[in-house]
Amino acid sequence: MALSREFWQGFRDGTPFILVIVPFGAVFGVVATEAGLNVAQVMGFSVLVIAGAAQFVAVQMMQENAPVLIVLAASLAVNLRMAMYSASLAPHLGKISWWKRGVISYFMVDQTYAASILKYDQTPGMTHAQKLSYYMGVVTPICPLWYLATWGGAVLGTAIPSDLPIDFAVPITFLALIVPMLRTFAHVAAAMASIIGVLVFAFLPFNLGLLVAALLAMITGAEVERRMAARRKQ
Amino acid sequence: MSFTDAQIWTVIIGLGLGSYLLRLSFLGIVGNRDLPEWVLRHLRYTAVAVMPGMITPLILFPQATDGTLDPVRMGAAVATVVISLATRNATLTIFGGAAVLFALHFTIG
Repeated sequence: MALSREFWQGFRDGTPFILVIVPFGAVFGVVATEAGLNVAQVMGFSVLVIAGAAQFVAVQMMQENAPVLIVLAASLAVNLRMAMYSASLAPHLGKISWWKRGVISYFMVDQTYAASILKYDQTPGMTHAQKLSYYMGVVTPICPLWYLATWGGAVLGTAIPSDLPIDFAVPITFLALIVPMLRTFAHVAAAMASIIGVLVFAFLPFNLGLLVAALLAMITGAEVERRMAARRKQ
Repeated sequence: MSFTDAQIWTVIIGLGLGSYLLRLSFLGIVGNRDLPEWVLRHLRYTAVAVMPGMITPLILFPQATDGTLDPVRMGAAVATVVISLATRNATLTIFGGAAVLFALHFTIG
């Protein structure tokens, strides 16, 4: 796979996420080290799990001395949305050879998924190879820096000023991806259903409210699309 | 923390393997099959169905302010949406939103 135009487009589109990857990787490194993990274990999390939110949940619950199975169940629940991302990417990348799909799956994080799906929706007619190149382009500035930032946090310790509002890098970067996705009324309806759903189902444990809200929002978007298409035909 | 090394590695490997299987799930099994139209129609809304719900609590109830509405974060969120609509450029939006966040943090924060 040569480094095509699509790869560099992806690379450029993935670069702004450094703003969120580096502080969060570093904070994870610091928090996990302070919880009592050694550097190999901290890096084990960031390399083998490569999912910030789930890693934080796991370390927090380990600190609270929850049973191993409960730690696993709670942190895996946070990652259930990855199965939805996997389904969403399947029509775009499903026909690529199995080992490349294995690599795509490893690097599937919120940022690589969202940036890629936005690009695929905005650019009809991309080939499978171009879609893969773009995806790997987005991965390149994001995932290696996740490992590096984690390692930096684990080794250097508390060098990050803690009163800065870096927690908010996540909503800002996601808003920058979500707003362009709201192309039709059906997309807006799905987004509204997602927001209302997550507030209504906030009482569910293990972050499952988000999953219920997301499923309802997908149904909302699909149903609005179907009705609007039916009306257009009349 | 009273976890032994073996328990810690059990969590790391179990969570890593489980997360990987979740990521591989549909992408792995779909292969050359064509998905039915009604499935595709639902999948088209995955991103707008998951991400707004994911950030809503972060915007309305930030942990950093003990879950109370914060004018700095709220202002930055509104500014980010406005910049996105005005520029239609994700990179400008991210840096613009971050600039507003820090500007508000050092003025009214």
